[in-house]
Amino acid sequence: MSDRQGAAVVIIGGGVTGLSAGWWLARAGVDVLVLERGIVGWEASGRNGGGATHVYSPFGLEEQRLWPQMDELLGYPTEYQPYRIGVALTEPQLALARRWAEIGATRGFRWESLDSRQLKELVPIVGDNAIGGTYLHFGGHANPQRTVQAYAWALQDHGGRILQHTTVTGLTQRGGRVTAVETTRGTFDADTVVVAAGPQTGLFADMLGVWLPLAPARVEMIATEPIPLMSCGGVAGNGLYGRQTLRGNLVYGGGPHEWINVPDMAAPDHPNTPLVRNLARRLAELFPGAAHVRLIRAWGGIVENTPDGLPVIDRLASPGNVILATMSSVGFGLSPAVGRGVSELVLHGRCQFADLSALSLGRFAETPADWRDRAGWVSAGAPVAGAAAGDGADE
Amino acid sequence: MSEPVRRESDPRSIAGKAPRPERHVAVVVVGGGAAGVAAAVEAAEAGVEVLLVDENPVDNDTMAMDVPLYFGQRMQPSVRNRALMLERVVESNPALASAYEAGVDVQLGTCVWGAFVNGPTVQELDAPLLGLADERRSWLVGYDRLIVAAGARDVVLGFPGWERAGVMAANAAFSLLTRYRALAARRMVVVGSGSLGLRTAALALEHGVDVAAIVEIAPRVRGDAERARSLERRGVPILTSHTIREARGRVGEVESVVVVRMDDAGMPAAGSDRELACDTVCQAVGLTPSVELLALAGARLRFASALGGWVPELDEAVRTSVATVFAAGDCAGFHDAMLADPALARRQGRLAGLAVAESLGALGRRDAEGRRAKLDPEPPMQPPREVHGHWQAWLRSLIHAGGWEVNVCQCEEVTRRELVETRPPRYLAWQSPQMSARGLGTLLRDGPINQDQIKRLTRAGMGPCQSRRCREQVALLLAEATTTPVERIPLPTFRPPLRPLPLSVLWPGDEPPAMRGDWVSWFGIPTQFSPHWEAGMAMDEPTAHGRLIMSDE
Ligand SMILES: Cc1cc2nc3c(=O)[nH]c(=O)nc-3n(C[C@H](O)[C@H](O)[C@H](O)COP(=O)(O)OP(=O)(O)OC[C@H]3O[C@@H](n4cnc5c(N)ncnc54)[C@H](O)[C@@H]3O)c2cc1C
Repeated sequence: MSDRQGAAVVIIGGGVTGLSAGWWLARAGVDVLVLERGIVGWEASGRNGGGATHVYSPFGLEEQRLWPQMDELLGYPTEYQPYRIGVALTEPQLALARRWAEIGATRGFRWESLDSRQLKELVPIVGDNAIGGTYLHFGGHANPQRTVQAYAWALQDHGGRILQHTTVTGLTQRGGRVTAVETTRGTFDADTVVVAAGPQTGLFADMLGVWLPLAPARVEMIATEPIPLMSCGGVAGNGLYGRQTLRGNLVYGGGPHEWINVPDMAAPDHPNTPLVRNLARRLAELFPGAAHVRLIRAWGGIVENTPDGLPVIDRLASPGNVILATMSSVGFGLSPAVGRGVSELVLHGRCQFADLSALSLGRFAETPADWRDRAGWVSAGAPVAGAAAGDGADE
Repeated sequence: MSEPVRRESDPRSIAGKAPRPERHVAVVVVGGGAAGVAAAVEAAEAGVEVLLVDENPVDNDTMAMDVPLYFGQRMQPSVRNRALMLERVVESNPALASAYEAGVDVQLGTCVWGAFVNGPTVQELDAPLLGLADERRSWLVGYDRLIVAAGARDVVLGFPGWERAGVMAANAAFSLLTRYRALAARRMVVVGSGSLGLRTAALALEHGVDVAAIVEIAPRVRGDAERARSLERRGVPILTSHTIREARGRVGEVESVVVVRMDDAGMPAAGSDRELACDTVCQAVGLTPSVELLALAGARLRFASALGGWVPELDEAVRTSVATVFAAGDCAGFHDAMLADPALARRQGRLAGLAVAESLGALGRRDAEGRRAKLDPEPPMQPPREVHGHWQAWLRSLIHAGGWEVNVCQCEEVTRRELVETRPPRYLAWQSPQMSARGLGTLLRDGPINQDQIKRLTRAGMGPCQSRRCREQVALLLAEATTTPVERIPLPTFRPPLRPLPLSVLWPGDEPPAMRGDWVSWFGIPTQFSPHWEAGMAMDEPTAHGRLIMSDE
């Protein structure tokens, strides 16, 4: 350590993506260093809904296989709870819940249809407005804040290092490789660099002259005071995602996002807006039996999306020792599997347990620079007119 | 460069769904105490439209959660009578009459639970907004200028038995005695002999409440010696170099409190325990400014121990770092002189009212100068003294007398030990050698202590009282356990709603149709959740307008 400041693998970003990758690498005995601008999990990774039901993804089966083991593998609690219940108040909502279930069935998972009476037995706070639902014998949810700290601690237990309050400001390139990362606390040598910087991942791609179209957005969640525990806390519907925590709080999000610009490496603000009222209403509609329950907290988080809403998990052709990992706004649940996949990209150059071709960077080669304008994915205050996404020059 | 192609905005985004305020007023004043009323009157007399909101009377259910003050279940049943309480709130605050006369729109029983402003990641709002609510509903109000005169909150510390009904704090007792005339206490032990403690004891006596003792950790009375003597003459013992060991009683009520003398080494003196019969323990150790609304409105805060903790940065016109937001009274900084003389808060309020009127162009500069010159000059006073060292001495004594198995957070039942060991909550029943090896010490190796992070891990501060009873003591305990100066522990974030409100109250009756029509749970990108093995398949989340797309159309 003293004669060399750096590591075999330097990971930029201490969210679930970077930390899980680092944990898998440290488990494999690799010398790994995570550089985090603030505190681990301070961004989306500690502010999300905790949902872990993404069987549609190339990482979906591995997500389902790993979650039930995570507490034990990590040695720290994640509050993982299995199974999900979908509640529908309208026919289209019911069709969506069933479609979601059928995707699971295609992958070999079991589900049941619930009529309104069965639904009410399982979820006493639903009302007569619920027309039916689904019970998934797969999927689940966990506590993001606990999980992210668990990754960080487990990574350290395996000899990995985390440097918090350290912002990466630049990448040193030599001979077609990134040889070091420059930070607010000095330069760190690296054999391989993993960029898992959430919305800022696009800024690093820019530095490398690589085109990674990303649009950041702000989203919000609300939490109520605790109410008696339901037998299955994984209940959602009516355009909300979320869960009942093991403490009893109802924690839900959904509804309109706000497209924003993330012009530099600084930590973005995550305020709430009056949307918390609209969220409260959707929640009271979903659970009329809890309409009297008090909202005690709300928060915001920043996520990034690619044009097709799918992650980019790819090893660059040049510089060849860099891996980009952005989850396109759906990365908490998949993180155990994605971290493993990234560790395999580092160690073997490819992911051995899943086909990641759908998540390659190359699919955006033809995406025009003004794609955000074309899609209308722009900030109301400062349109990114004609500029390359990511440079956010006009903010 | 070619013209950028611009399509319609993303229908699933917030664009075009900006919330509409129910009304827009030139000036909103939050808080109907001395500072708030003075500010409202001053601005209104200058010809500005003013809305003054105050949350009193607070409903019984909210009080029972120790919100907004630490009422400790010592409300009389009469607080359920809203009409009577409204009458009393008005009667007890004669200055309100001057506000009505000046044409101020006064809304009582109305809390402000949110402040929403544009910033780097919020561009949707047409104007800064406040979220308001009464017992039945919530609404939004836009403003040109905001004056926050939200007062101060009690700093409270735990001891064994402090969960019992009857443990409360000074500002709540003051409110129940003078505002509601509904304090259900017969015999009180007052904790703290500073101005706050002495005033609380005197007020209790005046209202026919016995004062069993005043307990003080310092070796001498901290407040005015003459006031202390007068209380002693009326039979109130003042026990200096004493701390609380325990509050006792049956079925969750306080029936007595055990006090203990601390020796020169700061440890409980053997054999000095004394049990005092009482039904109420009133913590009067100190107050801290209520800055949560200022924080949400974007005002920069700084730590000033002599002003009670975190306070807004203010210029001479009591303007915060946000040009449209002003602060006056206890929320701008609390110290003993503020307690002794409400004229200080009134003066700050007037300054705020004048500054606001001037900044809106209702008063010319000369006119405003003239009015400022006519205000009573600030009376000469001792520079206020720092308080956190004293609060820490209290905490240390309570740890020595009561131990580590005492809840620091009542809502989530997190003990001092669990906090410093960063234990996961008990209901997880988690055991692992790895977890046992972790604690504040190992966290400190990774970076400075952060209260929000500790909250995530332990849940201390996550409960329904919204950390009103534990915010300061968690910070003090973290400072103590890690020998960090308390001002170096970052202020934990405040989040809306600033009052715990039922979903049915927050429920917006005025949703724009697009809000309902285009609502999806997550972005609405058709390919985001489509199965990877069915390339080209789109899975659109249905909206109220839309339908489910299930084929690759
Ligand atoms: C409200 C909300 C609800 C969500 N719900 C769910 C859900 O239910 N299920 C689900 O699976 N997903 C959900 N998500 C998405 C999920 O949270 C994210 O996709 C995931 O956390 C991304 O993790 P990450 O590590 O890739 O990125 P991040 O969590 O954004 O982490 C990136 C890290 O990089 C750091 N960083 C950035 N720049 C630098 C730099 N220059 N130097 C050093 N460090 C830097 C940041 O500080 C940050 O900690 C939700 C997100 C939000 C906000």
